[in-house]
Amino acid sequence: MRFRDGAPYDHYKRVPVGADGNASALKNLLRVVVSKGALWYGRSEKAWAVTKPQRGVVPVDNAVIVSLQNIVVDFDGERVLKGIHLDIHDKEFVTLLGPSGCGKTTTLRIIGGFVSPTQGDVYFSGKRINDLPAHKRQVNTIFQRYALFPHLNVYENIAFGLKLKKMSDKSIKATVQEMMRLVNLKGFERRNVTSLSGGQQQRVAIARALANHPKVLLLDEPLGALDLKLRKEMQRELKAIQQEMDITFLYVTHDQEEALSMSDTVVVMNNGEIQQIGTPQDIYNEPGNAFIADFIGESNIIDGFMHKDFLVEFFDKRFTCVDKGFALMERVDVVIRPEDIKIVPAIQGQWTGVVETVTFKGVHYESIVESHGYKWMIHSTGYAEPGMIIGMQVLPDDIHIMKKMEESA
Amino acid sequence: MKSKLPAVPYLLWMGVFTIVPFLLVIFFAFTDSSGRFTLDNLSGITSYIPVFGRSLWLALVATVICLVLAYPFAYIISRIPSHRQSIFYMLAILPMWMNYLLRTYAWMTILENNGLLNRFLGLFGIGPLSLINTQGAVVLGMVYDFIPFMILPLYSTMVKIDNSVVEAAQDLGASTWSVLTRVILPLSVPGITTGITMVFVPSVSTFIISRMLGGGSWLMIGDLIEMQFLGNAYNPNLGSAISLVLMVIVLIIMSITNLFDDEEVGEMIK
Repeated sequence: MRFRDGAPYDHYKRVPVGADGNASALKNLLRVVVSKGALWYGRSEKAWAVTKPQRGVVPVDNAVIVSLQNIVVDFDGERVLKGIHLDIHDKEFVTLLGPSGCGKTTTLRIIGGFVSPTQGDVYFSGKRINDLPAHKRQVNTIFQRYALFPHLNVYENIAFGLKLKKMSDKSIKATVQEMMRLVNLKGFERRNVTSLSGGQQQRVAIARALANHPKVLLLDEPLGALDLKLRKEMQRELKAIQQEMDITFLYVTHDQEEALSMSDTVVVMNNGEIQQIGTPQDIYNEPGNAFIADFIGESNIIDGFMHKDFLVEFFDKRFTCVDKGFALMERVDVVIRPEDIKIVPAIQGQWTGVVETVTFKGVHYESIVESHGYKWMIHSTGYAEPGMIIGMQVLPDDIHIMKKMEESA
Repeated sequence: MKSKLPAVPYLLWMGVFTIVPFLLVIFFAFTDSSGRFTLDNLSGITSYIPVFGRSLWLALVATVICLVLAYPFAYIISRIPSHRQSIFYMLAILPMWMNYLLRTYAWMTILENNGLLNRFLGLFGIGPLSLINTQGAVVLGMVYDFIPFMILPLYSTMVKIDNSVVEAAQDLGASTWSVLTRVILPLSVPGITTGITMVFVPSVSTFIISRMLGGGSWLMIGDLIEMQFLGNAYNPNLGSAISLVLMVIVLIIMSITNLFDDEEVGEMIK
C-alpha cells in the first residue's frame, strides 16, 4: 500500500536505511540526523517532520530491554490480560493504545512492579524480574495524577529518589538542577507542589522520574488531565526529552492521535489482548482488523466477500483490490478511510449515493452520503450540496480487506 | 454575607455553659470560703506536686502506648480495600458504644486478686499476681478506654493519603520502611497531634479509672479535684485552683504539640 505522507517522509526515506554497506557509519549518520532533529524539534512548528527520520533509525536491532512473555492477569476472577507477548527495544518510544479497560495500564503496572502477573514472565535486560519489588526496579513511572509528595517542595520532590540512593548533597543538587532545566522549571525549587498548575505539576513528575536515570520510563496517560493546547506542547516536549535522555519510553494512552504522532512503535490493545504491533504508518495504513481500523482514525467498515484474489464484492458491486489469500467467497470486513473516497459526478462514480449532511471541519468537509442503506463518511476538500446525487470512487490500494472478527459475526 | 443568626443558639449555650462556669472557676480559685481574694489556694497546690507529676506521667505513658499500638493498625486498615476497611473501623470503635464505667468494671473483675486473669494463671501454678491497684492497671485502663480516640484521627488522616503517592515513593526506590518514614509519617502528622490531644487530655484528668483500677492508692489530679467537691476534704476553692492549674498545663502541652504540627504544615507550604 502506498504511504500517506508526502514529501518529508520520502525525503528521509532516501537515506538508505538497512542498505548493505557500512552499517555503523550509517547509524552514526542517522544519529546525527536525529539529534539535529531533536534540537530543531522543540522550536519548530513542523514537529512531525522530525518524528519521521526516526523511522528505521530506531533500533529494531537494539537489544530487547523489556520482554513480556505470555502475561495473564486476573482481578477478582476476571481475566484482564489474556496472554500478552511484547518485546520493547532499548531507546524505543513504544505506545500502548486502546480504549479504557483494555488492559494497557495493567500492562504498564506489571513492568513497574505494582501488579504481579497471574501467569507469565517479565524480563528486564534478559533477567526475570517477576519477584523483584517495585523499589528495586530500574524503571520509573509518571503516574496519571502525578502523585507528587504534598509535604515536599519542588526541589525535594525531584531529589526524593536521589536521597534514597544516598548520593552526596552536591551531586543531588547538580542532578536536580539539570532535571529542572530539562523540564523548564528553573526558579521553582522552593515552591509548594500543591500551588502549581497541572502542567507544572506534570513537569515536576517528569523531572522526579528522570532524576533517577531509569533505563525505561513508564508514562501512564500523563497528559490526560491537561487541556488540548498544553497537551500538544507537552507531547512535543516529551518526545524531545526522550531523544535528549536517549532512553526507552513506554507510553499509555487512549488518544490515537497522540500515539501516532509520538511513537516509534504502537501497540494496539483491546479486551486484554494485543491487536497489532507496528509503526504508526503500519497501524494507520494497514490496520490488522476492523477494530483497529475503527479505533485508529475514522473508517467506513462494510460487509463484503471475496470473489477471488484481488476481487471483492460489496453492495452488489465488484471492486479490484490488492489483497489475496482469502477463501473463495469468504465473508470479510471491507475498510475504506473517509479521505480515500473521491466525490465525482454521479455518472463517473463506481457507486452512487445521496448526500445527507455536510460539516465543515476546517481542512476538509465531512460528508455523510447514503447509499444502499449504508451511511458513508467522506472527507474531501470538494463540496457537494446536501440532497445531491454524487458518484464515489476509490482506488484499489485504498480498499482494505480484513478477516471478520469473531465478535462482529 | 451569610447570616450569623443560626449560630446564636450555640453562642448562648456557650455563654451559659462554658464562659460563665469558666469565670466561676477562676473566681473560686482566687477566693476563700468567705469570698475574699486570696492566693492561698494556688500556693497550697505545691504540696500536691507529686500528684500532678504522677498524673502527667501516667497520661504520657498511656498516650505513647496508644500511639504505638494505634499507628500501625490505622496504617494497615487505611491501605486495605475499602469494603474491608469499614469492618476494622467498626471493631476499633465498638468499645466506645459500651458504657465507659462498665468497661472499667470489667477490667476490675479481670484484674482482681481472685479475678479471671489470676484464676487462669493459677491453672498453670502462677500467681496470684497483684495486678489491680497498680499504676500499670491504671495505664491499662486508660489505654483501653481511650485508644479509639487515637485510632480515629490517625485513620482518617491516613486514608486520605493517595495510594499513588505510596506507589510513587516505591517507584523512586523507597523500601517499605522508607515509605513509612519519608511519606506516611510526615503526611500523618495532623492525625498524630489530634490523637495525642484526644488521648492525653482525658487521661490526665481521669478519676474513675484511677479510683477503680488504682484503688485510690495512686491518687491522680482527677481524684484530688473530686475529693475537694464531693469528698471529706470539701474545699471547692482549692478544687477550682487545681482545675485551673491543670487547664493551664494542658494548654501549654497542647500548644507545644500544635507548634510541632504547624512546623510540619509550614514545611509543606514553604
